Amino acid sequence: MHNPARILLAPLALGLFGLGFTGVPAAWAQEPVAKETAAQGSVAAPAIVPSETAIGFIYRPEVAPSSYDAEAVPEDEGVAGARMAVKDNNNTGRFTKQTYRLDEVALEPGSGRDGGQKAVAAARDLAGRGIRYLVVALPADEVLAVADALKGQGVTVFNIAAPDDRLRGADCRRNVFHVIPSRAMQTDALAQFFTLMRWRKMFLIVGPQENDRLYAEAFKNSARKFALKINAEKPWTFGPLAKARGDTPTRSEAMVFTRGVDYDLAVVADEAGDWGDYVPFRTVDPRPVAGTQGLIATTWHPMLETWGAAQAQNRFRRQSGRLMRPLDYQAWAAVRSVGEAATQKKTADPAVLAPYFAEPTFSLPAYKGVSLTYRPWDHQLRQPLIVVQPKALVSVAPEQGFTHQRTPLDTLGIDLPETTCKFAD
Amino acid sequence: MSRGFRAGAPGTVLGLALLAGPSLAGLSLAGVSPAQAYTVYVTNEKGNSVSVIDTETMAVTGTWKVGRRPRGVTTSKDGKELFVCASDDDRIDVLDTSTGKVVRSLRSGPDPEQFILGPQGNLLYVANEDDSQVTVIDVEKNKVLAEVPVGVEPEGMGLSPDGKILVNTSETTNMAHFIDTTTFAVIDNVLVDARPRFAEFTADGKYLWVSAEVGGTISVIDVAARRVIKKITFKIPSVNDEAIQPVGIRITKDGTKAFVALGPANRIAVIDAKTYAVEKYLPVGQRVWQLAFTPDQKLLFSTNGSSNDISVVDVAAEKVVKSIPVGLLPWGVAVSPN
Repeated sequence: MHNPARILLAPLALGLFGLGFTGVPAAWAQEPVAKETAAQGSVAAPAIVPSETAIGFIYRPEVAPSSYDAEAVPEDEGVAGARMAVKDNNNTGRFTKQTYRLDEVALEPGSGRDGGQKAVAAARDLAGRGIRYLVVALPADEVLAVADALKGQGVTVFNIAAPDDRLRGADCRRNVFHVIPSRAMQTDALAQFFTLMRWRKMFLIVGPQENDRLYAEAFKNSARKFALKINAEKPWTFGPLAKARGDTPTRSEAMVFTRGVDYDLAVVADEAGDWGDYVPFRTVDPRPVAGTQGLIATTWHPMLETWGAAQAQNRFRRQSGRLMRPLDYQAWAAVRSVGEAATQKKTADPAVLAPYFAEPTFSLPAYKGVSLTYRPWDHQLRQPLIVVQPKALVSVAPEQGFTHQRTPLDTLGIDLPETTCKFAD
Repeated sequence: MSRGFRAGAPGTVLGLALLAGPSLAGLSLAGVSPAQAYTVYVTNEKGNSVSVIDTETMAVTGTWKVGRRPRGVTTSKDGKELFVCASDDDRIDVLDTSTGKVVRSLRSGPDPEQFILGPQGNLLYVANEDDSQVTVIDVEKNKVLAEVPVGVEPEGMGLSPDGKILVNTSETTNMAHFIDTTTFAVIDNVLVDARPRFAEFTADGKYLWVSAEVGGTISVIDVAARRVIKKITFKIPSVNDEAIQPVGIRITKDGTKAFVALGPANRIAVIDAKTYAVEKYLPVGQRVWQLAFTPDQKLLFSTNGSSNDISVVDVAAEKVVKSIPVGLLPWGVAVSPN
């Protein structure tokens, strides 16, 4: 449902693509990108090289750990995936006369109100320089602040880090697309697997942070949806024991607090990764652990190699010198969404692409065996999730047998009849 | 059906032909007759080996060690050499088919995945999956003649029957790149559906078929106009649309019939190559990817990655007649020319 008048703004650019795709033998495909004509730049702001599509990326690098941390978050988490995607976009762009650039903004540590203001300032600055695609690796409140600050400016915001269901519900925004699966999708994926395994009785352990409460909430909804029983729910009150050193005396009360519960599986809600990894093999009864640790549902994992994922894993490792993480993958998918839409529409005109992302004809191949699309009702990326333990892929959701009139992918997360999202114009 | 095969030593192909009906029987008697046996080579991606199958006995006669992650495979024109992409070793292994030993390796560029041999048998066109390029190698001299930049994750390689146009498909760029084999320049690009895996010219050189694994379609491209003229889609009762992932394509020399491997749908589609109507689906092993005919086109072999076997299809009867266990994660398949 794009506006035809907008397309007319770039007639020459379209003409060029037409030439390439309709088969007049042209040698341009091998020429270096520098030989651009200025004709394609009709929609770009003055500060940007005419033919180039700039994609903004705002993130807050993790502070390096003070001492040894085997699993420290790399400083380039997320942005490294965006860099790879820009390369992929440019490679394809050689054949479509489209070029891309990543404009990265690394914010100072510390979110909160101050951080939110800095994120908004960075977003305004990028938009002022003509950027119309903005990828943000920020918490939910900052995603909203950025989206609202850019409202009406024709900027499409890709949320790659905030799984909050409210961003797909009551707080949804028309200018925001969510690449990261919502918490509801993550817990539905696990619940489907438990259903398949006939593990019905859940023991839910909830961490002290707000995000943990939200994860637990999502899991309870999933349990209702797939008829699992929450046999017990207890708060985790023993501190970040997973971060404690190995020679720290074992906290006996943490071990015994699982006593006397009748359950098939312990589900931990610990999004910060403070204590969830402490639970496996420390429960009184021998029970598997899942949730935010143990068996998890996610977008990417070093163990994923099917559907061409091995190629992406290799390409990423060669570029970044480390393994690809979920946030890297989500950043990659966001930037590739822009590139893929531009290839499919034969233009990078934001006025054409912004509404196109939500159309069913847009699809993103992203190493998941199926094309990914954005749900039109809340702009959430539909995607299979991998159910994985630290050393092996266990399953892929949606599981066999979970069907849906539209696509099995819509058995994960909030479906159209349940959505509370109403896009304000 | 498979019992007939196992029982017979010589004469099994004939026996099968008789089962299939008079038309094929006549053909078989006139042309191939009982003794025409071929050798089938299957690369085992996780087994780092090639399984060797005799079409007369339909049994594995050998397992040859090759480099790591063997995928694309083809034979020399005279059948004396076998070329195998050893993707993780960044080279192409050349095996002596009389001994099963690697006699030399070709400098293929990084991560060779698929390749196609030129009509003279001296040039090998290689898709370097991790490196977004096509490498052209002189087989005798082991020399790189050209490196052609293409899209992200190049894979499918098709060559026009006259050898003048090479087509490479790039899985993440989603294009068929047309390359002039005299200048090694990309002359055109045709956008197809998501994740194009394989490119196959019709024998008359007029059409190019390209499979899209994630898109779930076959694009038929008019080679002269370089335009998609038909998109073939698939629908299988009781199989999710998402599981229908076309990969390997083979079209009979007479241009009447096409076979398409449908990945995790565990089926091969049989298509009328003139009308593009999908006629039937043949159930094969799990995650079927690559296909190869015998030179007489009486049999078709498919690699079934997840079930670690290959399926044998009687082309005229359009029936699966046997499955043969091979190594771990079979990927590519080639049949000896004689």
